[in-house]
Amino acid sequence: MKNSDSNNLKWRHQKAEMFRYFCIGVTGFAVAILAILIYQVSVLGMPWLDAQFINSFPSRFPEKAGIKSALVGTLWLVSLTAAIAIPVGVLAAVYLEEYAKPTRVTEFININIANLAGVPSIVYGILGLAIFVRFLGLERSVLSGAMTMSLLILPVIIIAAKEAIRAVPSSLRQAAYAVGATRWQVIRAHVLPSALPGILTGVILALSRAIGETAPLIMIGALTYVAFVPEGPMDEFTALPIQIFNWTSRPQAEFHELASAGIVVLLLVLLMMNALAVYIRYRGSRK
Amino acid sequence: MKPAKPRYLENSLQVVFFLCAAISTVTTAAVIGVLAMETWGFLQQVSLTEFLFGTKWTPLLEPKSYGLLPLLAGTMMIVVGASLVAIPIGVASAIFLSEYASDRARSILKPVLEILAGIPTVVYGFFALTFVTPLLKTILPETHVFNAASAAIVVGIMVLPMVASLCDDAFRAVPESLREGAYSLGATSFEVTTRVVVPAGLSGVFAAFVLAISRAIGETMAVTLAAGATPILTLNPLESIQTMTAYIVQVSLGDTPQGTLTYQTLFAVGSVLFLITLTLNIAANMIMKRYQEVYE
Repeated sequence: MKNSDSNNLKWRHQKAEMFRYFCIGVTGFAVAILAILIYQVSVLGMPWLDAQFINSFPSRFPEKAGIKSALVGTLWLVSLTAAIAIPVGVLAAVYLEEYAKPTRVTEFININIANLAGVPSIVYGILGLAIFVRFLGLERSVLSGAMTMSLLILPVIIIAAKEAIRAVPSSLRQAAYAVGATRWQVIRAHVLPSALPGILTGVILALSRAIGETAPLIMIGALTYVAFVPEGPMDEFTALPIQIFNWTSRPQAEFHELASAGIVVLLLVLLMMNALAVYIRYRGSRK
Repeated sequence: MKPAKPRYLENSLQVVFFLCAAISTVTTAAVIGVLAMETWGFLQQVSLTEFLFGTKWTPLLEPKSYGLLPLLAGTMMIVVGASLVAIPIGVASAIFLSEYASDRARSILKPVLEILAGIPTVVYGFFALTFVTPLLKTILPETHVFNAASAAIVVGIMVLPMVASLCDDAFRAVPESLREGAYSLGATSFEVTTRVVVPAGLSGVFAAFVLAISRAIGETMAVTLAAGATPILTLNPLESIQTMTAYIVQVSLGDTPQGTLTYQTLFAVGSVLFLITLTLNIAANMIMKRYQEVYE
């Protein structure tokens, strides 16, 4: 070997040991950052977290302010997004895995989906603003927001569903074909049910991304001050991350504390969804 | 035997499924179409040279000026800072995960990484403003309330899980026999890692870097909250700057009528953002495909 230190066995082992501790230390540092973040937010936010906070509309007075409209807005947004994105995404994955022949068109669609997954969310916001808000005249409605979010999470759902469908053993399909089932019967009765845990996990993770996204909603004009609850898909709305953004961008410390209370709620929702995804994956993998 | 009946349901379902798959392509076409159309309108009034090489970005103030460089420089500052945080920490954690960690440590750390990756960006923005900036201020008192450094650090933390898990995948794809071969020649774990595992997984590591840069360029909320709204050409990370994404948010927070030049700047800046990130993403995919070592 060229290196002069390679002759020095002791030094080489010391170096290896030091490197090991370095890697452990750096990883520990990354975990510590997560711990600090969660600690910081909870300490600031917990005192504000009560029934009044959940049940009140935003207000100029911190002690009266709450997240009712934001919470209901987020619920509307996620439900509509799910209703649009889940069927489209899963059926697209079914087409790409079960029907499409390996042609150039199919390859192009697949590459395109992979690239779409990396487009910054704010670009989807620009698209939503131009197409849904202005061109289709849907204004700043929950529907505009949900359609924008659907486009944003579609690649995630399609990629996850494709993987789940690909993992279904082909012996299952062949057995069904052998007893005379048509292609759609095979898919509906065998492929989709056995791919379901994988698809559900992907869908939940995609929806939790939609819950946390802020930038596209700002682009399509979700309002930061909303003192009412949306009652239909054409109503104006706000959402939890928008409310957090609004409170964070104010200079007063009280509003920062409100923001951290909002963050605690947001993180709890996301944590529950993640736990659900892990549980479904665990149950699916036991079979 | 009677001939089989034509299967109308089967055939029409296939068409429906194809349409669902085609939506993704339509989305890309729509993004390109919308961006190109409004950017074309913008370039009718501002020359391409002024837009790309102008050094003043003041579209909301008189005298108006539309030079992209300050926004581009702001974005690059965030990218460099975020890379300095995410790449060393990400690679070192990936080495720990794939080479040193016990199965038990792995089974704890992997979900922690997933949680870090799932935290919404607005939360990181809050963290930058209320924790990182005050911390920087105590160390370096000349730090401004809004500054590039704080945003860059937080964006680095944000892309770290992605770097770590992609590098981890790359290192774990290196076959065990290569490591065993090196160990049997008397190499230490440090030498095995730096001279066998990392070089063998290098394509994955590079792809991770490129994707991290692309993510940092497109990051919006943390830079909007923490880096400020001052589009100036500076190299001082403690000053307030503005990125391309933060500008887009700043304009859309106000009410901008359609058809105005200000409205069109959204799309012009958006086009540049889209082109850069798309190029980087395609490059990352190509690196992974083309240079991946294949082991039998």
